[in-house]
Amino acid sequence: MTDVPTTTKADWTSDQEVRWCPGCGDYSILTAVQLLMPELDVRREDTVFVSGIGCAARFPYYMNTYGMHGIHGRAPALATGLAMARPDLDVWVVGGDGDMLSIGGNHLLHALRRNVNLNILLFNNQIYGLTKGQYSPTSEIGKVTKSTPAGSIDEPFNPISVAIGAEASFVARTHDMDRQHMMDMFRRAHDFPGAAFVEVFQNCNVFNDGAFGAITKKDKRASMLIHLEHGQPIRFGEDNEKGVVINPQGSAEVVDVADVGESALLVHDEARQDPSLAFALSRLSAGPFEPTPIGVYRAVERAEYAGEASKQLAMAQEQTGPGDLEALLHSRPTWEVS
Amino acid sequence: MTDTVPRTVGTRELNRLVVRFAGDSGDGMQLTGDRFTSASALFGNDLATLPEFPAEIRAPQGTLAGVSAFQVQVSDHDITTPGDAPNVLVAMNPAALRKELAHLEIGGTVIVNQDAFVERNLTKAGYESDPLEDGSLDNYTLFKVPMTTITKEVCKDLGVKPRDAERSKNFFALGLLSWLYSRPAQPTLDWISAKFKRQQLIADANTAAFKAGMAFGETAELFDFTYEVKPASLSPGTYTNVNGNTALSWGLIAASQRAKVPLFLGSYPITPASDVLHELSQRKNFGVRTFQAEDEIAAVCAALGASFGGHLGVTTTSGPGVALKGETIGLAVSLELPLLVINIQRGGPSTGLPTKTESADLMQAMYGRHGESPVPIVAAYSPSQCFFAAIEAARIALKYRTPVILLSDGYLANGSEPWCLPDVSTLPDMTVEFATGPNHTEDDGTEVFWPYLRDPQTMARPWAVPGTPGLTHRIGGIEKEDGTGNINYEADNHGYMVRLREDRVAHMANDIPLTMVDGDVEDADLLVLGWGSTWGAITSAVGRARSEGRKVAHAHVTHLNPLPKDLGEIVRRYPKVLVPEMNLGQFCRIIRAEFLVDAQSVCKVEGVPFTAAELHSHINGALDD
Repeated sequence: MTDVPTTTKADWTSDQEVRWCPGCGDYSILTAVQLLMPELDVRREDTVFVSGIGCAARFPYYMNTYGMHGIHGRAPALATGLAMARPDLDVWVVGGDGDMLSIGGNHLLHALRRNVNLNILLFNNQIYGLTKGQYSPTSEIGKVTKSTPAGSIDEPFNPISVAIGAEASFVARTHDMDRQHMMDMFRRAHDFPGAAFVEVFQNCNVFNDGAFGAITKKDKRASMLIHLEHGQPIRFGEDNEKGVVINPQGSAEVVDVADVGESALLVHDEARQDPSLAFALSRLSAGPFEPTPIGVYRAVERAEYAGEASKQLAMAQEQTGPGDLEALLHSRPTWEVS
Repeated sequence: MTDTVPRTVGTRELNRLVVRFAGDSGDGMQLTGDRFTSASALFGNDLATLPEFPAEIRAPQGTLAGVSAFQVQVSDHDITTPGDAPNVLVAMNPAALRKELAHLEIGGTVIVNQDAFVERNLTKAGYESDPLEDGSLDNYTLFKVPMTTITKEVCKDLGVKPRDAERSKNFFALGLLSWLYSRPAQPTLDWISAKFKRQQLIADANTAAFKAGMAFGETAELFDFTYEVKPASLSPGTYTNVNGNTALSWGLIAASQRAKVPLFLGSYPITPASDVLHELSQRKNFGVRTFQAEDEIAAVCAALGASFGGHLGVTTTSGPGVALKGETIGLAVSLELPLLVINIQRGGPSTGLPTKTESADLMQAMYGRHGESPVPIVAAYSPSQCFFAAIEAARIALKYRTPVILLSDGYLANGSEPWCLPDVSTLPDMTVEFATGPNHTEDDGTEVFWPYLRDPQTMARPWAVPGTPGLTHRIGGIEKEDGTGNINYEADNHGYMVRLREDRVAHMANDIPLTMVDGDVEDADLLVLGWGSTWGAITSAVGRARSEGRKVAHAHVTHLNPLPKDLGEIVRRYPKVLVPEMNLGQFCRIIRAEFLVDAQSVCKVEGVPFTAAELHSHINGALDD
């Protein structure tokens, strides 16, 4: 693919006016994607952004690629059909927490378990934005919104846990305040041959402002964000003084490195087949107010769905030759009337 | 059985014969009926079938709820229905006799598996006394045959387990019927050895049972005559016996080939549509991609996604599935992409009667979406015609870049008939032209691509598939400006787009066949106007009325939206219009609303098709009214 023309961010930017609220975290995610695309080995015409409904789902309109703005929750299903029909394309799915974990939760689960070659970006702002401020499936218990005046009584989803539970092969998390980290995660997702799931902590400054501030503000990041790096002991903190261990009960736990020694720390292995440790890491934080891992939780290659489907087609043609309609119509017992 | 001396048995000729096989769900009655049908087809009879089975895979054994039946009419002339009242009922147990006897013509033949008429089974079927002995079958010709006993006897030296041997009793029944009605044995014997080639013992047991059934007829001295239905004088050609779901599947493959566009089927299993998924999943060598989705919505969405990628996206389902797909069909209306939604209708509402037929989803097809959301509708009318209906629905979807709903039903799906195979080279060329370059020049001279710039003839927008350089564009469900396709919320624009979507479907009337009218086209006193699977019963009923000297015409509509251009003139031409439907008058309502004629509805919503006799009587009633 050395013949992919050189492009800039401007080439990947459509002529449509961006209509998110001023200050929305979606802008920085859009910029990260538009900056990343010229660095990837893909052509604009081979790139498709598919979305459902919601603020995040407006994303395809702003990319100068092929794009489909679908219906609420169904983007993973629309994209599955497209990716199966056209394994040659680079297909991205963009949606919010309501879109992909509530109305379309089922489609997300099945796209992940099938391992369809999609890059799935879930913009998690823990609120319904486009419908003006109802609680979402990732909102915390007790959240007071227009539809929960007495506080939400719904246990929230942890998107990383959901993805790992759905047999996802690639699971990562990033946040809208760190462009370089977003670009790194999106690049990893793009390069992964299968369903790649990236949760992006995204600030909705109108209906849920500062939801992630306690962990993503510049002065909080060192102590509250735990960078997962493959092959490295998991450490964080202003002076790298904290670490993560797996305790005797099998849960991940934050410790002082001084107390346990570096050798006791969990060494992150994103390629580990067994998802238990990745799942344990996903449970480390109960919400965006405790030290929370970001980065690639899991990247385990396995058979990709569209490719497997294409293989079956190729095998059928190899075994029986290309389909012959005349022969098909005559494939059952026939008789002649003269 | 070689030591038996053949008796001399006379042969009587019949013009037609209706046999109904009935037994427990596990008795293999569908298979038995299907084999009798295939042998008759290969013999050259015309035929039509009506399988009827319960929704439960294995309802409690021996109960009325568990009875599975298969009716077939075979004839020496052209027929269009599986027959009104059977001449012969094969009842494998008391429940089958009790449930099915009412269908049988008075004086008809009842052949029972005598071994099953024991107290336990009689009780389960609700009999207080044995109907074989208490005289309740005096109005019929009864043959009591110990099918289980004989089958076990002939299998006992084969090494088959007794239980497996007993299972072969349906082949004994088939053998007996094959002898009695002079059906050729070889197709069935060939089928058994092919089907069970990896289970030699079962093949042996079925073969032995089948031969024992034939030998029993010949030697048992119960039967004085065999009967014969001569081959029908059908149009010359090569025939095969086909059911609607198979014909429909093959039609989709044909459409894909003639359009040179790969076929993508997104489907979720649902009765009675699943067999299309099964058939197409075996056709990968035609480049057919099948996707069993997580739900009905994902199935249609995946099909639409595939269409965006340049495939012919198809989804198959039944009414409950269409209800779930409604939002996506609306999206397809807005996106103006090809999409074929196939509804094999069944009894509703809700789960309703999953295995029974009904055609009550017409209004759902017309209006079952939100907003003004017009969708072309094509309806199949006979099992083999499902092939052509599928091609026609695909043609419209591809040419006009629109979702199309194709209506079939359980009766067409599972019913079979001989099909004179078409010359595939005569099928329409539906080659699709994809957009390859810019289609609009801006004021400053820039060449750009507008996704909603229309073909002036078809009003279809260009189909520009991902991968095509220079044509990157975004489409979505938000209202858009015509031409550019840009988001547009303006009041005037929405009004314009709503009318445009309506008009472009209406204009398709210029590109669909005129109404087919048969019978006394010029001077009928009554027009019978039908759509869908009522075609067979209407054709037969109109034929009977006309043979009595009545002046009746029959129009059958294959395109329900838009309607054929000449339909208004046709329905106004005749003094009376009768509209038989397997619903409470949905099409009749459309006809009355569209054309302001006093069309009268004839309704049947009982899970079984109209019989010709019923419609014949309605025709006479309307004429005498």
